Amino acid sequence: MADTLLSIQDLSIAYQVGALDVVAVSEASFDVPQGAIVGLVGESGCGKTTMARALTRVIADNARIAAGAMQFAGQDLAAMSEREMNNLRWRDISFIPQSAMNSLDPVYRVEYQILEVLRDRGGMSKQQARARAVELFEMVGIDPGRLRDFPHQFSGGMRQRAAIALALALNPKLVVADEPVTALDVIIQRQILDQLRSLQRDLGLSVIMVTHDISVVAYICDRTVVMYAGKVVENCDTATLLNEPLHPYTMGLKNAFPDLQSAGTGVLTPIAGSPPDLIDPPKGCRFAPRCPFATELCRSTEPPLTEAAADHHVACHRADEAATLREVAQDPATWGTAA
Amino acid sequence: MGDRRMTQPMIQMENAQLHYKIGNAISAMMGLPSTVKAVDGVTLTLNKGESVGLLGESGCGKTSMGRILVRLEEVTGGSARFDGQEIKDLSGDELRSFRSRSQMIFQNPFDAVNPRYSIRKTLEEPLANARIPRDEWHTRVIDALELVGLGDPKQFLERYPHQLSGGQLQRVVMARALILQPEFVVADEPVSMLDVSVRAGVLNVFRDVRDRLGLTAIYISHDLALVRYVCDRTIVMYLGRIMEDGPTEDIVHAPLHPYSQALVAAVPTPHVDQSHDPLPIGSGAPDPRNPPSGCVFRDRCPRAQTRCADEVPMPRPIGTRRVACHFAEE
Repeated sequence: MADTLLSIQDLSIAYQVGALDVVAVSEASFDVPQGAIVGLVGESGCGKTTMARALTRVIADNARIAAGAMQFAGQDLAAMSEREMNNLRWRDISFIPQSAMNSLDPVYRVEYQILEVLRDRGGMSKQQARARAVELFEMVGIDPGRLRDFPHQFSGGMRQRAAIALALALNPKLVVADEPVTALDVIIQRQILDQLRSLQRDLGLSVIMVTHDISVVAYICDRTVVMYAGKVVENCDTATLLNEPLHPYTMGLKNAFPDLQSAGTGVLTPIAGSPPDLIDPPKGCRFAPRCPFATELCRSTEPPLTEAAADHHVACHRADEAATLREVAQDPATWGTAA
Repeated sequence: MGDRRMTQPMIQMENAQLHYKIGNAISAMMGLPSTVKAVDGVTLTLNKGESVGLLGESGCGKTSMGRILVRLEEVTGGSARFDGQEIKDLSGDELRSFRSRSQMIFQNPFDAVNPRYSIRKTLEEPLANARIPRDEWHTRVIDALELVGLGDPKQFLERYPHQLSGGQLQRVVMARALILQPEFVVADEPVSMLDVSVRAGVLNVFRDVRDRLGLTAIYISHDLALVRYVCDRTIVMYLGRIMEDGPTEDIVHAPLHPYSQALVAAVPTPHVDQSHDPLPIGSGAPDPRNPPSGCVFRDRCPRAQTRCADEVPMPRPIGTRRVACHFAEE
């Protein structure tokens, strides 16, 4: 396997809300291999965006990294000073935010915003920066003649491409993309994913892709990390995750997803209930209240994230019975009716 | 659905147009386009009890179509009829009756309800508007909540929208649309704001209620996988026009229009082994202000020929479908 570029170890991130600490990411661990696309999947509120933002240390004022480490190329991002971190942003790690619509400043021409990064962060001359901006636009498939446009003159897909161009401006090693295709139409979505894939291959990038869409993960990600209520619950290569999931939550997600490749439409099965309140998470496994396979042990003791099979990490007490559970999970009756 | 007795048309559109005026005197002098053709020459019939998915990218006119059919917009040309009556000519009691018989379910449940109304009040408002006697309200509200699968409805009545999850609130929005016992429902991307694990539940309720009440329904979405789950018939739209119209399974497995082919190929599936071939479509986004001459899709079409620039292809029957392409047989 390729070298590890980023290693997240027991990372906890807490938001201070009044007198309370809400732990949005709790003791999360996973690795990002050099040159891989790693998907970070989960529902809203599972902590995936908080985690992604923490990698560039651009987190809300009331959030803090409470524990753990983020080893990136030999340095711990969590322990860095703001100044050291600043040197890393754009150059080594860059971020593609969820809504590209809001990531470009509407009152400046797109070119100005790209030149700003290239000159201030990359130390380029005006000439160099102009040439690089043209190169970047060609790379992401926008006509460089549009550089002088304002963001509102771009379509949604073009803005998303421009945000990708901006993220790639200084040849980073790691790109963190937060739902980069969620608000886009399927055709543009596919074209952007293809672009990301080919850029990742050509430039040897590593990418962390935050998404809620299993199909997007299946299409583009080499590895996938599944999060639930602030916890990493499963982490392995994408093929194994989709074909032989060990965690009941992953099994449930698969059942809830429409599949255009299937012969008939079948029945989509929701997971009853909703994710727990992180102010007061349940004792034991956080998925237990919605899990059809939960036992007394699950409700009382939290399962640790362990390597249940080679390079396949899961946090479930019943992981060794997964083959049987997978069969049972396919029956909609297992999941009861939706709340 | 599939009921042979119901072959009366509920919805009939004939060469329907919805053109919006844009720009001003100066832009007109500069020769810039002065209209956006959101819906441009759509002809379709929807029989009672039938469900159809309107599929297409943003700006293709699918939402405008839905809005015409519940009279949130009026056609600027051609005709759109509901149960035989021209929708834009309805007034007085006929309009009031139409307002109960046709309903819309909106995309974002958090925007679709008044945050300061309790769930009870949210559901009572349409009853008051439709002048339903007050002594029926309570039963109707409870029935509607039960219909959409909010078991134990009483616990929801005095709650406010922010106290509900997205999935629960979308069910309330659905209950509000159904409380006047409509015959026709337009659902505009009703699950796009919801999390995957609860999305399936809302879709199941929609399917179940529609079948139980024998509703005529339009389901608007850009996601073919969702449309397929809900509707037996699909209409693919591009820049205000119908490209393909036919049984959903036929379109999923063997799309005939080049645009449908690209749409089907673009949908990712939850399998690692799926095609990564480049899409059979030119890049760029459709510009509704300035569509190409002839076939509106021709500037992105891999099969376009000179005929496509000269002659607008009208939807014509091919087997079980209607397809608007000169070369659909190839």
